[in-house]
Amino acid sequence: MRKLALRTVALGYLALILLGPLSIVFWRAFEKGFGPAWSAVTTPAAMHAFQLTLEITAIAVPANTIFGVLCALLIVRHPFPGKGLLNAFVDLPLALSPVVVGFALFLLYGRTGWFGSWLSSHGIRVLFAMPSMILATAFVSIPFVVREVVPVLREIGTDQEQAAETLGASQWQVFRRVTFPAIRWAVAYGVVLTTARSLGEYGAVSVVSGRLAGQTETATLYVSDRYENFDIVGAYAASVVLALMAIVVLLTMNLLRPKEGVH
Amino acid sequence: MIAGLERPDAGRVTISGEDATGLAPRKRGVGFVFQHYAAFKHMTVRGNIAFGLKIRKRPRAEVRARVDELLALVQLQPFADRYPSQLSGGQRQRMALARALAVEPKVLLLDEPFGALDTRVRGELREWLHRLHDEVRVTTVFVTHDQEEAMALADQIAVLHEGRIEQVGSPRELYDQPKTPFVMSFVGAAAQLGDRWVRQHDLDLRLEPAAGAFEARVERIARLGFEARIELQLADSGTVWAQMTCAELDRLELERGATVWVMADRARVFAGD
Repeated sequence: MRKLALRTVALGYLALILLGPLSIVFWRAFEKGFGPAWSAVTTPAAMHAFQLTLEITAIAVPANTIFGVLCALLIVRHPFPGKGLLNAFVDLPLALSPVVVGFALFLLYGRTGWFGSWLSSHGIRVLFAMPSMILATAFVSIPFVVREVVPVLREIGTDQEQAAETLGASQWQVFRRVTFPAIRWAVAYGVVLTTARSLGEYGAVSVVSGRLAGQTETATLYVSDRYENFDIVGAYAASVVLALMAIVVLLTMNLLRPKEGVH
Repeated sequence: MIAGLERPDAGRVTISGEDATGLAPRKRGVGFVFQHYAAFKHMTVRGNIAFGLKIRKRPRAEVRARVDELLALVQLQPFADRYPSQLSGGQRQRMALARALAVEPKVLLLDEPFGALDTRVRGELREWLHRLHDEVRVTTVFVTHDQEEAMALADQIAVLHEGRIEQVGSPRELYDQPKTPFVMSFVGAAAQLGDRWVRQHDLDLRLEPAAGAFEARVERIARLGFEARIELQLADSGTVWAQMTCAELDRLELERGATVWVMADRARVFAGD
């Protein structure tokens, strides 16, 4: 009886919060059939928006993966003064509204900002262009790899690494042959979350991009633009594409993951 | 410290006459077997043993041959393609030993290698290690809290107490000529009588007073099969127990509450104690 109640509550909540809105999106997108939806997501502006989102993700995710693993190694294996601070800062993007992040970047890189004036005098454009959008996306998706890898590193301990060292492995060999294989699933899961977060980023990018249609409009910005222009089918169809991208990422992860109990 | 995983505050580490104090662990040629195996979980037994050889970029055929040889040595051939999680504790530890031996270390370090195993497996592995050592002949440092293990395996024992070496010597030297009360009571039980230390089986119980004997009362008698333990309350103060065979006990016809005189002719007195 109690089991049933628990199941009802958990599944009911999921349906209300998650499945309901998601199915509305699919339903509205294909309300007038597949044709209009397809033409709505294949316009040059839509295609450009998807491409831009993918490009930003393709840079932000690898950068955050490398940084995330290094950061986790630093936190767990090489304690230093200020470690606690770093640990707390990594979580900041989860707590801070992306819009605030966007404004911070705006202040830094704007025409009168700290770095902005120097950069623009050297002909480098950050705001309203790719660099700021990558920075914003990287910022909001920093925590995931770190948070996934840290507990696994703690759990595996240093025994295996020390053993590898006494067997003649250099630091890089220890990492490549012992540490990385032990944390790879944590890294993979972190990458999936980072990717998902990057694909869906809206707030910070919306502030720093300038939202120039066909130029600095990412997929999420495109959805909101279509919606504001009363192009309901266009907005929902683009949403479906975004949702599908996220689903593909999550499924890939589940397929790659080793079956439980192999090791 | 010998492996280079810890830095000494003072002093030097020399391996085969060469100063290794500043050398990185990977350059020392020290094989390390950890208490908790430190098996590479994502590699098979074969992969674990081959690790050091692969790091040294040895030809594949040579690696294979050497690993086969080691698998035979530690009797793990049937398990070559298993993962560490599919092995028992004893098997994992033998794998760890083969892994350490693969790179032909100058020194083999065994850090309480049997500490995580149950008593029976410990005993078997100890016997096996003894025979293995006769075959492989590599200088081995074996850390243990088990005196019996140390006495049974070692040529030389260093007894450490509170971070200091109390005495270094052969098992026999440590037992027959301990330099401190700690060593004496560590490598075999010992009792204190006044300022004298004596092994329990060297205590001589008599029913008549004698010169230099301690008066005592029998508190309890425990027959353990071949031998017996007699707990004694000394007339001065303190308690000791004496060890003797049950046959001797029967001959003395001791009973609880009886008064006896304890002779300790083979006792030792330690300076500065």
